[in-house]
Amino acid sequence: MVINMENMIRGKVWKFGDDVDTDMILPGRYLVLSEEEELAACVMAGHDSEFSKKVKKGDILVAGKNFGCGSSREHAPIAIKAAGISAVVAESFARIFYRNSTNIGLLLIEAKGISKNVEEGDEIEINMEKGVLEDLNNSKEFEIKPLPEFMMDIMNEGGLISYLKNHLAEIKGE
Amino acid sequence: MSMTMAEKILAKAAGLKETEAGNIVMANIDVAMTHDLTGPLSVKSFQKIGVDHVWDPEKIVVLFDHQVPADSLEAAQNHIFLREFVEKQKINNFYDVREGVCHQVLPEKGHVVPGEVVVGTDSHTCTHGALGAFATGIGSTDMAMVFATGKLWFKVPETIKFEIEGKLGKYVYSKDVVLDIIGQIGADGATYQACEFGGETTSNMSVSQRMAMCNMAIEMGGKTGMVEVDDVTINYLKGRTNKPYEVFTTDEDAESLTTMYVDVNDLEPQIACPHNVDNVKPVGEVEGTPIDQIFLGSCTNGRLDDLQVAAEILKGKQVSHDVRMLVIPASREIYSQALEQGLINTFVDAGALVCNPCCGPCLGGHVGFLGPGEVSLSTSNRNFKGRQGSPEGEVYLSSAAVAATSAIKGEITDPR
Repeated sequence: MVINMENMIRGKVWKFGDDVDTDMILPGRYLVLSEEEELAACVMAGHDSEFSKKVKKGDILVAGKNFGCGSSREHAPIAIKAAGISAVVAESFARIFYRNSTNIGLLLIEAKGISKNVEEGDEIEINMEKGVLEDLNNSKEFEIKPLPEFMMDIMNEGGLISYLKNHLAEIKGE
Repeated sequence: MSMTMAEKILAKAAGLKETEAGNIVMANIDVAMTHDLTGPLSVKSFQKIGVDHVWDPEKIVVLFDHQVPADSLEAAQNHIFLREFVEKQKINNFYDVREGVCHQVLPEKGHVVPGEVVVGTDSHTCTHGALGAFATGIGSTDMAMVFATGKLWFKVPETIKFEIEGKLGKYVYSKDVVLDIIGQIGADGATYQACEFGGETTSNMSVSQRMAMCNMAIEMGGKTGMVEVDDVTINYLKGRTNKPYEVFTTDEDAESLTTMYVDVNDLEPQIACPHNVDNVKPVGEVEGTPIDQIFLGSCTNGRLDDLQVAAEILKGKQVSHDVRMLVIPASREIYSQALEQGLINTFVDAGALVCNPCCGPCLGGHVGFLGPGEVSLSTSNRNFKGRQGSPEGEVYLSSAAVAATSAIKGEITDPR
């Protein structure tokens, strides 16, 4: 499998619990917005209204199970990506959020045991090629679950819109 | 090969004889729905693909329900943007601000029939599976693909079938059953799975009660909620649609099928407590919790039978002075029936506010915001932190009967 995405990602951790829902990521009152910069300014506003000011480009969100549960609002992964967050690492993800993120090119990584062993502020390094995540503060390593091949193809082509542009006739069966 | 209802519908939609859980299939879409909140992003994504026309305007339904009438300049602009899209693309199935909540209006207007693949840019699209369809919520970019191609890829789900047996007690409803199930298996207990509701208790339920259960499938991570077609379904469809349809049923020996037995004989009214839908307790454990706002409505429990039971409880009584009660019929049809039956008079006389059909406070983006420190009891489907406004507010979820009884006392109350 070829991985065109950046093979090494390093960033500072912001830590969250289980069942982080889409209302926490992007509350309903901001759904009237659709521009990336506007959404970035509201990221995680249901958790901390000042979060967008604290988070820095390249930071990584680490959470427990079922991250992104709730609404199908694509505003949620757009806000995370537009805020400069390079990846979300969690024990598991909710289904619609998982699809939406892949479609817009936000990197999601499943890593078992991550939420109990990584602390807020730690620096972690993700090696996509080796399939390993390391906490540089305590040297603990975690195996990461790769995206299904079909979804990896979408990510590698820059998201679903680019993928569609490249394969439109084929998909339409023309 | 033995298959589940979900596998059979997806196989047919993908032009295959058979398929099984775990396979990726490219399915033809029968109905694609978008609304005023997620529609603008869907259309903007569609416009980026570089295709001028949608694949089939007759299979697309556009509906305004979340912010109706427009409550801000931004909402008004979103409405204008979508009206222009609808006109340009010649989409006839367009419901402007007047009809009600998408998951009620689509079945009511005959857009959904058994055996179809229905997608909507709203996570509660799983509601439509109550009519024996495969219905699921998708994001805006996926909808852009559907607009352009009429197709979408799916990972064929496994099925968890809830065999519900027993007689529901007085003032116990399908909402209590599904909350009980979610409390047992958790907010991610059915992730990636089709949630099929069966058993004798389901057979005895109306389509409305079945819709309330399917609606909540997403609250346990489910990809869709489903109920097999029977006479109740067929009677519901009569007079609403002339679309042809095909009925699919789950084979008992399908490999991807897991069954969970649910006995509801002794089930009490259930409450989902803040801030997770799987934080479920019997009403007795939270009785006496003071409430500031009651919301009777939504795609979960804003249908005629919900309004009827609430009106029966509120008849000749007064909503507590400490409580504001919002009653929001899920659709114009329901609103009209409630008027004819005198239910609206009962609510108004009791001191409730009756609003136009819409999503209301459910999503914390339109009417009835919750302030810091305030507590809501709601017949809707989500109680996440900040869901109905302030992150310092709290939301409890219940049936219409618990909501109406609690409105009188101003605190969570067992209706029995």
